[in-house]
Amino acid sequence: MIAILAFYLFATFTIVPAIAVIFARNPVHSVLWLILAFFNAAGLMLLLGAEFIAMLVVIVYVGAVAVLFLFVVMMLDIDFAQLRSGFTRNLPFGIIVALVLLAEIVIAVSAWKAGPALSGREVAATTQPNIVALGQLLYSRFLLPFELAGLILLVAMVGAIVLTHRKRPDSRRQSASRQIRRRPDEAIKNLDPGVGEGMTL
Amino acid sequence: MISLAHYLTVAAILFVIGVLGIFLNRRNVILMLMAIELILLAVNINLVAFSAYLGDLTGQVMAMFVLTVAAAEAAIGLAILVIFFRRRGTIAVDDANRMRG
Repeated sequence: MIAILAFYLFATFTIVPAIAVIFARNPVHSVLWLILAFFNAAGLMLLLGAEFIAMLVVIVYVGAVAVLFLFVVMMLDIDFAQLRSGFTRNLPFGIIVALVLLAEIVIAVSAWKAGPALSGREVAATTQPNIVALGQLLYSRFLLPFELAGLILLVAMVGAIVLTHRKRPDSRRQSASRQIRRRPDEAIKNLDPGVGEGMTL
Repeated sequence: MISLAHYLTVAAILFVIGVLGIFLNRRNVILMLMAIELILLAVNINLVAFSAYLGDLTGQVMAMFVLTVAAAEAAIGLAILVIFFRRRGTIAVDDANRMRG
């Protein structure tokens, strides 16, 4: 009973914020609705027994992606009212396309029949915790894809830095070649003045 | 009892909302990227639901890879957006034809 209630709660609070994301006037509100949708989708995954993926959704989507969106929305000075000009013009067409797509998916799902492997009922949880089983799978059968995923993240990081990095003429930067070219004889002068004689530079 | 079809329905609705978002916000790239995130979230829910009802963890591994690609895509997309904004002063994409030959 409580699981059914939780499912409908999470499903409602995933779908309603998702609608609010695309209809919100203020993009900052869109990002905040997106965060709510992500949290409740994580709840849905928890109900399915996928604890690790649920936590990953919270950490990666909410902690990294949504915050990145928030940064960009707030950093760039964008006239969002002007960007919404085509909104009402696209609305009827977009609704028609969405309804057609939804009808197609519903027809496909209703025509689809579960194979013998899929009982239609949730399989009882194994004795192993979800994260242990997932880790054993990741580091044995899916080792190469796992490493490739890490490589993708590295490439994305380097690419994002290279794309957005810019040299500013007014910023005072360290010049490595000038530092290396310095010789000791032009930098330091060893003096040993006698007592009371002082020194000239 | 909650069946697989319930989860598939939620994911389908989420997917359609994402597609609708791309259609409606044709000029606003930030909202388009957010709609793509919604679509990928719907795919993830599908993968996890099938994985749970099949008793096979492969679906969850794939969901993790989708998550990885989504994070990389968001980072690169927003980086491109930032340099586009620096050059043009706007992010309206319907006249983004600077790369045309």
